[in-house]
Parts: sequence; C-alpha cells; structure tokens
Amino acid sequence: MMKRGFIKCCLNTAIGVFATLLLAACAEHSPGVTLEFWTIGPEGDAVAQLLPAFERAHPGIHVRVQRIPLTAAHEKLLTAYAGGSLPDLVQIGNTWIAEFAALHALEPLQARVERSAVVRKSDYFAGAWTPNRVDGVLYGIPWYVDTRLLFYRMDLLREAGFDAPPRTWAEWQAQMDAIRAKSHGQRWGALLPTNEYDQLLALALQQHVPLLRDGGRYGNFESAGFKRALAFYVGLFKRGDVPPYTNVQVTNPWQSFARGDFVFYLSGPWNIGEFRRRLPASRQPEWSTAQLPGPNGPGDSVTYGSSLVIPRSSQHQRAAWTLIEYLSRPEVQVRFYELLGDLPARRSAWEDPALKDDAKLKAFRDQLVHMRTAPQVPEWEQIVNMMQEVAARAIAGELTIDQATAQMDARADTILTKRRWVLERQESHEFRNGHGDNAHVPETTRHSVASPAPSGR
Amino acid sequence: MNRAGPAWLFLAPALLVLGVFFLLPVLAGLALSLTDYDLYALADLHNLRFIGLANYWALLHRPLFWAALGHTLYFVVVGVPLSLLVSLGTALLLNSSAARMKPLFRTILFAPVVTTVVAVAVIWRYLFNTQYGVVDFVLVHMGLPPIDWLGDPHWSMPMIILFAVWKNFGYNMIILLAGLQAIPAELYEAARIDGASTWRQFRHITLPALSPILVMVGILTVSGYFQLFAEPYVITQGGPLQSTVSVLYLMYEDGFRWWNMGTASAVAFLLFLVMFAATAVIWRFGETRGHAA
Repeated sequence: MMKRGFIKCCLNTAIGVFATLLLAACAEHSPGVTLEFWTIGPEGDAVAQLLPAFERAHPGIHVRVQRIPLTAAHEKLLTAYAGGSLPDLVQIGNTWIAEFAALHALEPLQARVERSAVVRKSDYFAGAWTPNRVDGVLYGIPWYVDTRLLFYRMDLLREAGFDAPPRTWAEWQAQMDAIRAKSHGQRWGALLPTNEYDQLLALALQQHVPLLRDGGRYGNFESAGFKRALAFYVGLFKRGDVPPYTNVQVTNPWQSFARGDFVFYLSGPWNIGEFRRRLPASRQPEWSTAQLPGPNGPGDSVTYGSSLVIPRSSQHQRAAWTLIEYLSRPEVQVRFYELLGDLPARRSAWEDPALKDDAKLKAFRDQLVHMRTAPQVPEWEQIVNMMQEVAARAIAGELTIDQATAQMDARADTILTKRRWVLERQESHEFRNGHGDNAHVPETTRHSVASPAPSGR
Repeated sequence: MNRAGPAWLFLAPALLVLGVFFLLPVLAGLALSLTDYDLYALADLHNLRFIGLANYWALLHRPLFWAALGHTLYFVVVGVPLSLLVSLGTALLLNSSAARMKPLFRTILFAPVVTTVVAVAVIWRYLFNTQYGVVDFVLVHMGLPPIDWLGDPHWSMPMIILFAVWKNFGYNMIILLAGLQAIPAELYEAARIDGASTWRQFRHITLPALSPILVMVGILTVSGYFQLFAEPYVITQGGPLQSTVSVLYLMYEDGFRWWNMGTASAVAFLLFLVMFAATAVIWRFGETRGHAA
C-alpha cells in the first residue's frame, strides 16, 4: 500500500509539473500580441514606467521596449530596414523621416488620424507637426518636441556684471568676453562641443537662408547668411570664449557646469531633467534657461523632437496605433514630461500646472513658436555631419570661412549626385506608374523619393 | 571508375560551406563595388546603376580615403613592431629562470586580451582625460607638459596605438612563450660553456629558433592591425578632426551609416589589396631570412 501510494504521489507530482509547464507554454502564446517598440536614447527608461498602465487597460497587448543608443540609432534602423526586421513601433528623430519615407519604410497615418478621437492636429505645435509630413503624406505623430537653447548659470553671469541673459549675438559675445576676463581665464564662456552639429545648425537656420538650393539638389553653404553664422560660430572659439573640445573630452558636462567651468551650455529640454537630477542641491536655484540669441534679437532655433512611426512591415499596426494614441494623450504627455523632462508636443498638455508654472520652462515655451526645420532630403544626416566636420577644421584654423564654405558646397554636391540623377530621371519619365505606393495619394505628382523638399526655408 | 570521384564527394561539404559563406559573399561584394548601390537603390532597384570602376576612381581622388590609409599605415608601422617588442620582452621575462610566480604574471599580462574593448575603452578615456586623467597627472608631476590626448589630432593616434598594444600584446606573448619553451636547454648550456654573453645567446640561439614563429605572429598582427576599427570607434569616434579615421572606419561610415554600399565595397577591396601586398612582403622577408639562417 505504502509503495503504491508513493508511486501515485510521484505520478501526481509529475502530472502537476507537466500541466504547469503546459500552462506556462500556453501563456506565452496567448491570443494577445507582443508589440516591439524601439526607443532612442533615454526615452526607453521613462516609457517603460508608462507602459504598465497601458498594459492594464489593454490586456491583449504586451509591449517589449528596446533601447537604442543615439549614436548607433541611424545605422541600426537602416540595417533593420534592409534586413526586414523593423519592429512594430519606432521612436524616430523627425529629421530622419524624409529619409525613411523615401525608403517606403513607413506606414502613412493620415487615415488613422482622421478616425482618431485622441490625436488632433490642431492641438499640436505647428513646428512639431510639419516635419512629419513628406510630400503631403503624414508618416509620424509628434511624441515630444525638442529644440536648442541656452542653459546658463545666473550666479556666474551676475558675477561678470550682467543681470539678464543675452538677446543678440553681440550681447552674448560681450558677456562671454566679460566672463573670461573676470575669471582670469578660469572659466569658459560656453561649451559647444565641436563634434556636435546642433549648435551651428541652429545659428545657421536663424539666417532664414536655405541651406540647400534648387529643391535640395545643391549645397547653399556659400550664401552670405551661412557665412555670417559660421563666422560668428568659429569666432567664438577664436576669441577664446569657447574651448575647442569635443564631447569625448568632456565626459561629464553636468559636473563641469556645476563646477562653473563654463557659464552657457547650448542644449535641449532633456537636460532640464538631467540638471535637476545631477546638479547638487546648492546649484539648483542658480541655473536657468533662455531663448537662443539671434543676430538682431531673440532668435529662432532648430526644430527637433521625436515622432512615433509605424513601419510598413509591422504585423501589428492596429495595436501599435493604440499605443501611439495612449502616448499622445495630454495627461500621459504630462506624466512623460515629469519622468524625463521631454516637452509635450501638444498645446493642451502645456496647460497643466506642472508645465505652466515651471519657470525654467518659460524659455522653451517662447522658443517653441520660433523654430525652423532643417532641409528634408534623405541625405540630410550625412550633409549635416559633413558640415560639422568641415566647421571643426575651420575652428582648428586649417580653413578660412570662405574655404570652409566652398568645401561644404563641393562635398554636399557630391553627396547629392545620386539625388539629382534620380530627380532628373523621374522628371523625364513623367511618372508612368511608379511604385503603386503613392497610388492612394493622388495629389502627389511625384515619387516621394524625388519631390523637392522645402529646403531650409 | 574515376579515382577523383570519391575525393570530390568527401570534399563536397567543405567546398559547399566555403562556397556559400566565403566565395559567394566575396563575389557579391566585388559586384556591389561596381555599382552605386545606396539608399535609393535600397528603396527601388531601378535606381541601381552599373558604374564600372567609378567607385574606385572616386576613392582614389578622395582626400579622406588617403588620410584614412595614412592613419592605418601609421598605426600598423608603429603599432606592430611595438606590439611585437612588448610581447617578446614579456615572454622573455616570463621565461627567465629568475621569474617567480609565473602563472600569476602570465594571467595578469594576458588579462587585457580577454577583456571587452568597450568596457576598457571607457576606462582609458578617463585615464587620458586632460582635466582629471591619471596619465596627464603623472606627466605634470614628472615636470612634463600635459598632453591633450583626446583633443589634439597629433596625439590621438599615439593614444590609440598605446591602447591597442596594451590590449593585444598578451596574445602574442603566449605564443612566443610557447616557442621559447620549445628551444632545447642544451643549446644555451653549450653557449654558456663557450662563454657566450646573454646578448649573444639571444642573438644566435633565441632569435633564429624563434624566427618562424615571429614571422607567423608578425603576419597575424599586421593583418589584424590593418583592420583597425573598434578602438577609434569606441574611444574617439574617428576624431578629433578625423585623425583616427582608419580605412575600416571609413568603410563602416560609408556602408552602414550612410548606406553607400557600392563605395564601401570598393574600400573593402582596396584594403584587401593593400593587406595582401603587405603580407606578401613579410612572407618574402621571412623566407629569405629563413634561407640565410
């Protein structure tokens, strides 16, 4: 009896274990969908905290977030596209949308927006919405907006004899000269890493001269406007106001800022969160933000920000759209801002006291209505990197302003060679039947690859 | 029956694997290098053009390609001898009868080889920082001027070389150590009885006995060092002022960052030619030395 009982017990246990395994296996293949969501940069950590609420509200959808570092994001996305392994939802910098639209990698979203009760175009900042449209087709929904402006130390500026941040280039330069002089060379005026193109690009867009000409066929860096911006930018280094450091050399800019190594830092809204988290409590009341100085008064800055796009290859587009709608809700946008400091793309979210009453955000609210978009051609990322490489050589004294801009134009023209050929071919073909991809966009008369983008504006 | 038949049958699996995973990709790469495969072609194959040798021609007229080749040669010409010297030196020390705790030192000296490049590179970036790096701290205390390792285009490549040598010497050290241990002790004994100095023992026993291994290690190191990529990618990202852009780094940027696969394939084949020539020269050198000995 004992023995039989023992065997029975064993059997029961075995069956129990087997059943559990079976159940576990079933759970993995439950009818719900698993959404692959790729984020770039620090957004992944923050969004992971928003997802539990989403998954509770939508039990059928499980979201898997993968974080991609910004420095590797562009090649990772291209490689994934070539390999057919793009996920269901991607956070993408809005300067890259033209490129991925040219690849036919993205799903048009206009129809979904029209049916949506959550995503309403009128509630978005115009500057944030525009870069998502390529040739009249909407490919992305703005997630957060981003621009570049000044972060500065109020105490150190006062020490140098100024009560207010600069409004013009001349004021900015004068303040930095004074900072250098008062600190006997101990402090720099600003930190503008020479291997980041944002700063020069923002100054160049203030000139209101397109950076590419003839519908994005040729570089336009030899324009008087761009030369003015480059001369001012390079001049800051030449005068000794700004150190010619790359961001590799300044491993921890927050520490340097807290120490007072420099007074101005040209950066984006994510640094509001970083500054609050990383600067010591004693420094918190002493930093602030200001609109970017322009040639003759408070200037424009560059439109950045990330959008959410659905790759054409995704099998779960409906679920992906559900997540986009969730992340676009004003209250979720506010929560996202609180987690990370990323600025909501929707005006209604800015009515929340968390944003409205924040003094450090005021400059951003002003800047958001003064934004300009970089040229929307697929090669832009390569061109703007090239621009900065050449600018760094000018900073190092290897090239004059004229030589640098001539080199920029020559290299931009080389990069754009294929684009000119593609445009020309399409114009001569007069667009017989194309890809069929554009069939549902009757107003488009050309291929999305080819249509001249509103360059620089 | 054909005698070769069964042989082919036995060779078939290996040939198949070689063909599919080696020969085919190489041929595809060669074909790619004759086209202008890029983003537009990726979107629509109608945008692909056969352009013959235009990619090669354009590369030969591109200053950055020559600069990258120069940086790579600099890295090889300085890095390889330095690396071999350090490997040989540490191998001799470890092989010396005076050395104590040999297994411990062998492990310590080999450790850099098995560490991750990325993790170590981050630490080196701190070590070589101008403001708070240990290296400059030591330099200043020795009364020397501090060096802007990460920001001065003249010093970035030496830093990369130092890093690569430190990271890789352990591997060759182990191979050379094995070679040293294989030299019969009687030879040294006889030399000592004849009154040969340590230097002459090294010159006339150690070096000749080690030369086949040295040639092999040299070829492996040269071909490895020509493929410089991870170090500048992680530490300097090609900068400052593109002074650490190597040929492979250029290929990576063209191919995977900007997706100009045609150009990138052409770079790959040019690098192959250069490496082939360099290896052939070393091989010849080793052979003539071998005959002379």
